[in-house]
Amino acid sequence: MNLISLLISSILIENVILTRFLGLCPFLGISNKEDGAISMGISITIVMVIASIITYILHNYILVPLDIEYLRTILFILIIASLVQLLEMFIRKYFPKTHEMFGIYLPLITTNCAILGVVLLSRNYNYTFIETLIFAIGSSIGYMLVLYIFSNIRIRLEESPIPEGFKGIPIALVCASIMSLLFIRYVGF
Amino acid sequence: MKKHLFKGIFIENPIFVLLLGLCPVLAVTTSVENAIVMGLSVMFVLFFTNTIISIIKNIVPEQVRIPTYILIIATFVTIVELLLNAYTPIIYTTIGIYIPLIVVNCIVLGRAIGFASKEKVFNSLLDGLGFGIGFLIALIVLGGIREILGNNTITIIDNLSKLTNVEMIYQVLPKNNVFPMSVFRTPAGAFLSLGLLIGIINTIKINRRGNK
Repeated sequence: MNLISLLISSILIENVILTRFLGLCPFLGISNKEDGAISMGISITIVMVIASIITYILHNYILVPLDIEYLRTILFILIIASLVQLLEMFIRKYFPKTHEMFGIYLPLITTNCAILGVVLLSRNYNYTFIETLIFAIGSSIGYMLVLYIFSNIRIRLEESPIPEGFKGIPIALVCASIMSLLFIRYVGF
Repeated sequence: MKKHLFKGIFIENPIFVLLLGLCPVLAVTTSVENAIVMGLSVMFVLFFTNTIISIIKNIVPEQVRIPTYILIIATFVTIVELLLNAYTPIIYTTIGIYIPLIVVNCIVLGRAIGFASKEKVFNSLLDGLGFGIGFLIALIVLGGIREILGNNTITIIDNLSKLTNVEMIYQVLPKNNVFPMSVFRTPAGAFLSLGLLIGIINTIKINRRGNK
């Protein structure tokens, strides 16, 4: 498969948040600070890429030859949880300044649907190693892009007269629907 | 005791009130049948994991609590995934990617860590059942809205018809004259219908509070 088209499709056309509905919790709860979005995006990129590599090796070289593929949900989630834990300890010890910037978002990523979802999708589609990497990088770029756009929209939403019942998550969902309309024009539903 | 069962359905409905676990909601509500299957899966997982975690809560050491709970939840999710793959392969191809994501669903983990690890076994059982029923009802409501507007039908049993020998597809509006609004079948329609629904429910709650 063409790698460029895979990259573009995972960033724009089949965007992780707006088309696949993965990773909605931080998306709806993101504050209106821009650097929050970028920090979250960078943490997600690191975890997603490393998790994709590890799960690729584990799945293709251990689970499939031993015919125990049904254990993949359990093993993948344990890998992701341990990976996040190790990463947080590593960054806290060796890069304390970076830890202040985006270390606090790391524990939240364990229960983020996006990481587990992207990892499982690349196994379902049976991507090669390079395709898995490109898919992970593209998905996290798409995630960061949507998060960044949305944090800017949030800033404007704060100053608009929104009805009491719609403040917070309902209006965020309606804005997400309009954003999603723009993104899915490429697919042609 | 009854309050543990009913609080998950109305007062603390996970989707409409607590706004947790929204990831699978938007994806599976394209038809009522998919919504029912997903709702029953989550109810199954919630029921068993809450019960088992409450039974073993005193044996698990403090440091390995959360990995143990995740392991138990993942086991039951794998059970559900294998059952669905075997008995309903068509539904599994449509919503199959969202079944393993029940492991990281905020509702399941939240009730396990926040309630089942502290309360008695029977209360945890009722709590899991209540939240599962609340989730199922919310999914059916949203799926109904999206399917009626987007497809002019209500599909309760279609892909399961081989299993149950029953086919329940209801045509709400005539097929040829009234065209459905296909935006509701797309992700954009999912966000829109959920956002408007939660907004309307919040507005009703605020008005009721204001009248008191």
